[in-house]
Amino acid sequence: MRQPLLRLDGLTKAYPGVLANDDISFEIGTGQMHALLGENGAGKSTLVKMIYGLVKPDRGTMTLRGADYAPAQPSEARRNGVAMVFQHFSLFDALDVAENVALGMENPPPLRDLARRIREVSTAYGLPLDPNRLVGDLSAGERQRVEIVRCLLQEPKLLIMDEPTSVLTPQEVEVLFRTLRQLAQEGTAILYISHKLDEIRALCDEATILRGGRKVATCDPREKSARELAELMVGQVLTPPERPAKPKGAALLQVTNLSLTSNNPFGTSLKNISFTLHAGEVLGIAGVAGNGQDELLLVLSGEVPTGADQVQLKGTPIGHLGPNARRKRGLVAAPEERLGHAAAPDMSLTENALLSGAQRKRLARSGFINWNATDRFAREIIAKFDVRTPGPNVLARALSGGNLQKFVIGREIELAPDVIVVNQPTWGVDAAAASFIRQALLDMANRGAGVVVISQDLDELLELADSFAALNEGRMTPVRPAKGLSVDEIGLMMGGAHDMTPAHGVNA
Amino acid sequence: MIRLEKRKEPSTFWRIANPFLAVALTMVAGGIMFAALGKDPIAAIRLIFFDPIFSAQFGSYSRPQLLIKSAPLILIAIGLAIGFKANIWNIGAEGQYIIGALFGAGVALAFFPAPGWYIFPLMVLAGAFGGFLWAMIPAILKTRFNTNEILVSLLLVYVAERILAAMALGLMRNPDVAGFPGSRDLRRYEAAHNAELIAGTGIHWGVVAALVAVIFAYAMMTRHMLGYHIKLAGQAPRAARFAGVSPARLVVVCLGISGALAGLAGMFEVSGPGGQVRIEFASGYGFTAIIVAFLGRLNPLGIVLAGLLLGLTYIGGELAQMMLQLPGASIQVFQGMLLFFLLALDFQTNYRLRLTKGARI
Repeated sequence: MRQPLLRLDGLTKAYPGVLANDDISFEIGTGQMHALLGENGAGKSTLVKMIYGLVKPDRGTMTLRGADYAPAQPSEARRNGVAMVFQHFSLFDALDVAENVALGMENPPPLRDLARRIREVSTAYGLPLDPNRLVGDLSAGERQRVEIVRCLLQEPKLLIMDEPTSVLTPQEVEVLFRTLRQLAQEGTAILYISHKLDEIRALCDEATILRGGRKVATCDPREKSARELAELMVGQVLTPPERPAKPKGAALLQVTNLSLTSNNPFGTSLKNISFTLHAGEVLGIAGVAGNGQDELLLVLSGEVPTGADQVQLKGTPIGHLGPNARRKRGLVAAPEERLGHAAAPDMSLTENALLSGAQRKRLARSGFINWNATDRFAREIIAKFDVRTPGPNVLARALSGGNLQKFVIGREIELAPDVIVVNQPTWGVDAAAASFIRQALLDMANRGAGVVVISQDLDELLELADSFAALNEGRMTPVRPAKGLSVDEIGLMMGGAHDMTPAHGVNA
Repeated sequence: MIRLEKRKEPSTFWRIANPFLAVALTMVAGGIMFAALGKDPIAAIRLIFFDPIFSAQFGSYSRPQLLIKSAPLILIAIGLAIGFKANIWNIGAEGQYIIGALFGAGVALAFFPAPGWYIFPLMVLAGAFGGFLWAMIPAILKTRFNTNEILVSLLLVYVAERILAAMALGLMRNPDVAGFPGSRDLRRYEAAHNAELIAGTGIHWGVVAALVAVIFAYAMMTRHMLGYHIKLAGQAPRAARFAGVSPARLVVVCLGISGALAGLAGMFEVSGPGGQVRIEFASGYGFTAIIVAFLGRLNPLGIVLAGLLLGLTYIGGELAQMMLQLPGASIQVFQGMLLFFLLALDFQTNYRLRLTKGARI
């Protein structure tokens, strides 16, 4: 048994109305890859924030290398050899890599020395980086490298990684895993937060599972099946969505040679996209974030009009129509961003039910709103989609992400459309709610509707999709049947050639 | 250490309490200002806020004045509030008010001295149209060239003031009184006179219009899709587009409504209490109405109360000028303080201050 690097003893943290962490104890050994597993709201973030000095525990102690450890702020944690890579990057687009790294250091060396160190360290760990490139020009995977290299320069003893693979292609994930294994071999412990179970089983030698703020188990993830781990996480037996086989239906939605120049400087232009969606079909569209997903949704929902013939619904040109005209004809959409796009944060659920429901549910007559009917519609969504809320008068922003997502997707499904387009339907949603939403989408397809699922979650797409395509820099691959596709093939479709091969050197 | 925390839900208590608190703070700060000017602060505050209504000596004159001053404020503020809800900032109501008055007076002067019941309704339409037209300048520039409606509408106020002066000295000058600037007195032209409807109350057609506007605005904002879309566009522009709202259309509608209402206010003023087109016709109603809209929480009923209060400060200010020789600008300072305190206090509707021990990130 290796000596423990960090010991947590009875860590407890309460926020008003919720016990985020309740008496959590476990150990992380030197050079160990330790997974921290749990649904959203299980208390993972609070726990790592305490380790990183962002939050002070109410009770309990930590011991680092045998000495008491109670960091008052992150700089103290860093001095003690604890580093963290956050899920959301804190980088400045307009600065180059070396400048970004310097900003995150306590006592940065002169930039020229730093650039040299960045080259050395990044090459040594198979994450080549050019210190002089602007961060704004880097891909998501390369940005993550900047964050990791910044941590590595401080030679950490414990590296905390918060859902690092959510922005990476499968090939990029492989590169990252090689780096992490190398680090572990050199004695750096890694606390790896994720809810992707296969990853954890491939990478980690120990896993601590949290549920509702409590520790449920510490186990060896390689000895458990992904299913067993998931059930430990949610505390109930999960049933995968089921779907009977069925023949292909008539063409519902046809997109032909669709191109669109993004008027946002950070947006992605769509290039010559064509596909056909049939009745009863679920089309999965994969891609790393920022490759045109948002733009594609806007074009399909009608928020950004195109040439009439480029989008056709049941043979009728609708490309020039706005969102409401499309809803009336049977095409609805649910955008990725819940707060601010799919729902108005400061409006009640009733008011938000009206947002896209007014046409198909006839909630307004000659412009005058029938609030009673709207309220009934909101209650219907809440009841059918198990939205946990005191009532329809609650503001949308007061709901948790998962509950609001259930409400938003539920609202669109309740409109009984012929075609539904969803972007990231289960992003940030806990496992139980996610499987519920997926089942609801499959049920729609079984009733003969066409479903387009845009998602970055490959497991989700493979579970749902009949046919499969990927977006890369605004282009879409031809649609292929999902059956028989391997993860490698998918990775290549997603444009795995994102400069991720370690051999791709940097000219010094 | 003091920390700011965003509230999970905006505090309803502070939303309603803040306007009252702002009035109280304005009285205190205003009192200090009056004391610094060497006046008795208590007497000054009394004179501004209480005497216009309750004093036996001034009341009979001041009380009807209250509706006369408040009606244009309310009428303009109702329109502004609709735009403000959608984050469309018409700051140039004063200009639309002037142009509305010129259009209304123009119709009257064109018909002078013919009698006819149709003249006054025509003036009403012309006034609303004038304000609408003036507001369409920032609206079209914004939708076509993405200019800032705050700047354009504000700067157009000064253009409108120049046009007003030119009209008073030129085209609309009363030809019967040689040498004096200013148009004919519309109060002496029966077909065009916006007369007091019930003697001694100050109620004229502008008061009726303000009341109707309040009811319509209330119904639109709470029961109609247009009001819903306006609120949606203000709170979450992307969600509004998702709901099928066209931002450009909304800009035209909101600026159009507020411009037309401001134009109406100007027309009722010039044909009634104001009486004639004069260089100094504009008295800042269009700007004060911004304060009224915010003080009334952009809510039609709140705007009625806020309009009455600000109307009161106009009358009280005149009274204080007369009785205490306070400078005329002091009442504008007073109104400005009111908005300042309100906006400052509104911070705590969405945030709360917290004292914390030790440093945190």
